[in-house]
Amino acid sequence: MSKEYKTVGKSIPKKDAQQLLLGKPVYTDDITPDDALVVKLLRSPHANAIITEIKTDVAKKVPGIVDIYTWEDVPKNRFAIAGQTYPEPSPYDRLILDRHVRFVGDPVAIIAAETEEAAHKAMKLIKVKYEVLKAVLDFRKAKDNPVLVHPEDNWFPPCEVGGDNKRNLVASDENHDGDVDAVLSECDIVIEHTYHTKAFDQAMMETFRTYTEIDRYGRLHVISSTQIVFHCRRILSNALGIPKHMIRVEKPRIGGGFGAKQTAVSEVYPAFVTMKTKRPAKIIFSRVESHIAGSPRHEMEITLRLGASKDGTIRAIDLYTLSNSGAYGEHGPTTVGLSGHKSIPMYTGSLEAFRFSYDVVYSNTLAAGAYRGYGATQGIFAVESAVNELSEKLGMDPTEIRLKNMVREGMVMPAYYGETANACALDRCLEHCREMFEWEKKYPVRDMGNGKVRCAGVAMAMQGSGISNVDVGSATIKLTEDGGYILIIGAADMGTGCDTILAQMAAECLGCDVSKISVFGADTDASPYDSGSYASSTTYITGKAVENACEKLKKEICAIGSEILGCPSEEIQFNDGQVIHLPTGKNIPLSDIAYKCQCFSERTAEATASHSSAVSPPPYMVGMVEIELDKLTGKVKIIDYMAVVDCGIPINPALARIQAEGGIVQGIGHTLYENLSFMDNGALIEKDLMQYKIPTRLDMGKLTVEFEHSNEPTGPFGAKSIGEIVINTPAPALAHAIYRATGVWHRELPITPEKIVFGEE
Amino acid sequence: MNIKLKLNGKMISEDIAPDLLLIDFVRKHDCKSVKRGCETANCGLCTVLMNGKPVLSCSVLTARANGQEIFTLEGLQEEASEFISFIAEQGADQCGFCNPGFVMNTIALLRENPDPTDDEIKAFLSGNLCRCSGYEGQLRGIRNYLDSRKGGEQ
Amino acid sequence: MITIKEYIKAESLEQAYELNQKKKNKIIGGMLWLKMGRGSVNTAIDLSGLGLDTIEETEDTFVIGAMTTLRALETHEGLNVYTSGAAKRAVENIVGVQFRNLATIGGSLWGRYGFSDVLTLLMSLDCQVELYKGGMVPIEQFASMKPDRDIIVRILIRKTAGCFGYSDMRIQSTDFPVLNCAVSYFDGMWRCAVGARPSRAVLVKDEYGMLPEIPDSGQAESFARMVAETVHFGSNMRGSARYRQRLAEVLIARILTETGRNMA
Repeated sequence: MSKEYKTVGKSIPKKDAQQLLLGKPVYTDDITPDDALVVKLLRSPHANAIITEIKTDVAKKVPGIVDIYTWEDVPKNRFAIAGQTYPEPSPYDRLILDRHVRFVGDPVAIIAAETEEAAHKAMKLIKVKYEVLKAVLDFRKAKDNPVLVHPEDNWFPPCEVGGDNKRNLVASDENHDGDVDAVLSECDIVIEHTYHTKAFDQAMMETFRTYTEIDRYGRLHVISSTQIVFHCRRILSNALGIPKHMIRVEKPRIGGGFGAKQTAVSEVYPAFVTMKTKRPAKIIFSRVESHIAGSPRHEMEITLRLGASKDGTIRAIDLYTLSNSGAYGEHGPTTVGLSGHKSIPMYTGSLEAFRFSYDVVYSNTLAAGAYRGYGATQGIFAVESAVNELSEKLGMDPTEIRLKNMVREGMVMPAYYGETANACALDRCLEHCREMFEWEKKYPVRDMGNGKVRCAGVAMAMQGSGISNVDVGSATIKLTEDGGYILIIGAADMGTGCDTILAQMAAECLGCDVSKISVFGADTDASPYDSGSYASSTTYITGKAVENACEKLKKEICAIGSEILGCPSEEIQFNDGQVIHLPTGKNIPLSDIAYKCQCFSERTAEATASHSSAVSPPPYMVGMVEIELDKLTGKVKIIDYMAVVDCGIPINPALARIQAEGGIVQGIGHTLYENLSFMDNGALIEKDLMQYKIPTRLDMGKLTVEFEHSNEPTGPFGAKSIGEIVINTPAPALAHAIYRATGVWHRELPITPEKIVFGEE
Repeated sequence: MNIKLKLNGKMISEDIAPDLLLIDFVRKHDCKSVKRGCETANCGLCTVLMNGKPVLSCSVLTARANGQEIFTLEGLQEEASEFISFIAEQGADQCGFCNPGFVMNTIALLRENPDPTDDEIKAFLSGNLCRCSGYEGQLRGIRNYLDSRKGGEQ
Repeated sequence: MITIKEYIKAESLEQAYELNQKKKNKIIGGMLWLKMGRGSVNTAIDLSGLGLDTIEETEDTFVIGAMTTLRALETHEGLNVYTSGAAKRAVENIVGVQFRNLATIGGSLWGRYGFSDVLTLLMSLDCQVELYKGGMVPIEQFASMKPDRDIIVRILIRKTAGCFGYSDMRIQSTDFPVLNCAVSYFDGMWRCAVGARPSRAVLVKDEYGMLPEIPDSGQAESFARMVAETVHFGSNMRGSARYRQRLAEVLIARILTETGRNMA
């Protein structure tokens, strides 16, 4: 970390910033034709039902209706829409349209129309008869319920994850280290509670949307707001039964994802229409559709036993997670893993034993998916709340108890697949945050008069950097004739700034200004394979691929230089952007190198490299919040939220800071008011932004984010990840502060003013 | 019905449906900066200036804009360029989908109140939702711009 | 989105009134709530050409055209001096500036929405609603009337010497209120309007003289308790009846004390 870089570590504006801030047309709906067929979905009003009859003949007569498709028209092979590496851990439990509808909002018919008006008119004229079945709406009662969400025989799990559709089980497992029951029985104090987090919505500003057309070679061309172009290609191939080479998927700029677009929520519908009609088609999810049939966070109930000795040594954690996957299994088997594997290891410092077990169940609610934090958010709420409760019970300062027990650099983490914390500044993060926040001053409860008190709360967090032994990142780098470069990636910048961050790494490797690096992606035809942007992988995994590609290119450039000079390639060195002939000191201009490849040449000045990692180094973070709580109304006003993050070496500190600030505000939202709840018939209540409230700029107080560097040996330039960890501290830190103010622990999110006033836990 | 309105300084006369919303009208006229983020008038993404005032174009009938003057970000590129690089320096553009509405409302704010306090900035822009940035970077950007302008005057 | 077959910009109130007698025709205010409806409208009647979008301040009255925006209420100096900022306070958290530049006072009142901040504010003032056919109607009476086919033309607020205060509880800053209340003292009597119960605002007057001109916090609390016990509260997703009752007690006591203190 003492190393001085020219480009890495600098706060460079995003490469697309001017285009975005000037409102240029760069998103899916802006760049695709307005006269594409409008695709709309008729959705089920029932939580669990069989379609006994569906009549579309009258609807099809509406002028402007091109066609209407039902379950009878679609392929019968089940597939998964989760964007995951093959073989996917998520079960193949979907059809494009199914006769059996499993949640309120499940698609019943696809309408292809010339205009939106025609589509809406036709939608009202489709006559559907349902055999309404009893629904499983409470996920606590789902396992082994006689009502099965997926009774079908062709339900297929590509991976063995402990699922069984005849038991409403998506996945189930247990793992442990040491004898947790024995250690717990020896503990002086055991904190045992159940914590409940809801199915929060990502609420990215751009809803799900996809455009499809047949390209000039007769192939299916898909332009979609997606984080996963390659997975999307496979999913469409599986769903439609067409060869993968006959599909091209590209993403333009994306209006936010947060994991929602790691699932192919909207793609199959217009793709199916285009394949049927051979015409361009477009689907734009309304905000309501985005809510009722999106891909929100998995609702989880986490039961935790945390054992400690009187001196505050945390000795054992036993954690059981029940996760609600909803009507389909997307990301169900994987999100749950993080609830234990990315919460328990934070206390590696003292932990003698742990057990982590889980069940993931189907229910007749909307299917959950990937959302920033991906299970860790839920697990950390439980573990950090329990640690805060322990410190309050023992009368110890919660920052001291953490320093006593936390994971430190060099430790092996049994609860984290036995990985070693090679780069870990969690201790420094805590000290730094404590000082910056003035913890000693703000932690005591202060009476402000008129029923108002001020106090503080704290939480730590961790996450991973990519999926170890799975994720693949790749990059292609090409020299242009004037000494500039094109960096081609398959990772997806969804606003996070990865295009810029990866360009900074390339510029650092190639010794040039970052303005010389142009970035292109992601496009399955042109980009080298990349798993996609999720699991906090892009900086860490694709970043290393960029570094590798640049090293390869440098070698290739030297080889071309040696051809130009007719000398052995060892005599050529590429250093600091200069190609030098060592014996003479002569500089070969990069333009000569590039032009050489364009004339009587068998070499090209380009290189592609891939990278994968056997480890997933955790970033770490400490968050502290000061609130003013009105005991009479229950209103929580955030005064200050301060955080210190260890993401290794931040490649672009400004962008890293914005990631942290944005994640914190999302976390504040789901702690205090964001909620997805259901009516008795299974219909979602908070189905738009009028009812599902996300924080405004008046709701987050003052944010301060700083960094503690660590140097991750396996990461590019020492970097780890930052995208997800940042959402994990607000819930436990706020719950802690609210306890300090009221004496009540709230173990269910969101913690609304009403719950605070009446002390409802 | 026929309407005449001025869009980004250009007079347009057109036959429209009585229930055509202004957002759909301007997008059809290549003002793609105007975004739809919700259907409930909550997000601020579709902000345009009507006779100089920021309004939600998702809730204005084009018929009602007859005879009025409409500006979208396409028509205010220069005015926006004065401060957007300060937002970019913070990396607060992020996904960018909320940016045009945010930039338009910031223009409206600065026209009405050239030297706002942080609280005034937050209050005026509270109807512009952003899910990426956490807002703090947008505020820092505007603050830096205002400070730089003061520095220039001295 | 509602569908509209025809749009007419009314040239006179009479024309608007006549058009409005048909059930499938509708007067459009700010278009904010109307557009979210699902029905179809034959003729949308626009009053925006009738010069009803201004606040006129005379010696003893504010005359507010029905098409005046909430933003205009928020920024009108005279009105806010007279109400000690209660007018601004009542509307400033409604969604955002762009929303308030469209939403009209007439539209807000006509819907008699349960969540309305505007109705709660006006109920606490010496206020009358001018209906085209119905003439002048006191705001309290207007609030309890069933919507008919008449048209709100203007709102009149008499500048009766007094003191005013407004308070609300919102879970997220720009959300609908969980509860709102407005208090006032004029003509020798305290009044308190409570809205977002979640049904529409009601007015409670201190007819028994529980409160002196300048109440102390104890007196304010007893009055607030009386109001909270008198008024009916209901439950919705933003809060239960029990919580609203509690909020009413707290918010009213606080704003009464504060308003009284301002008067002193």
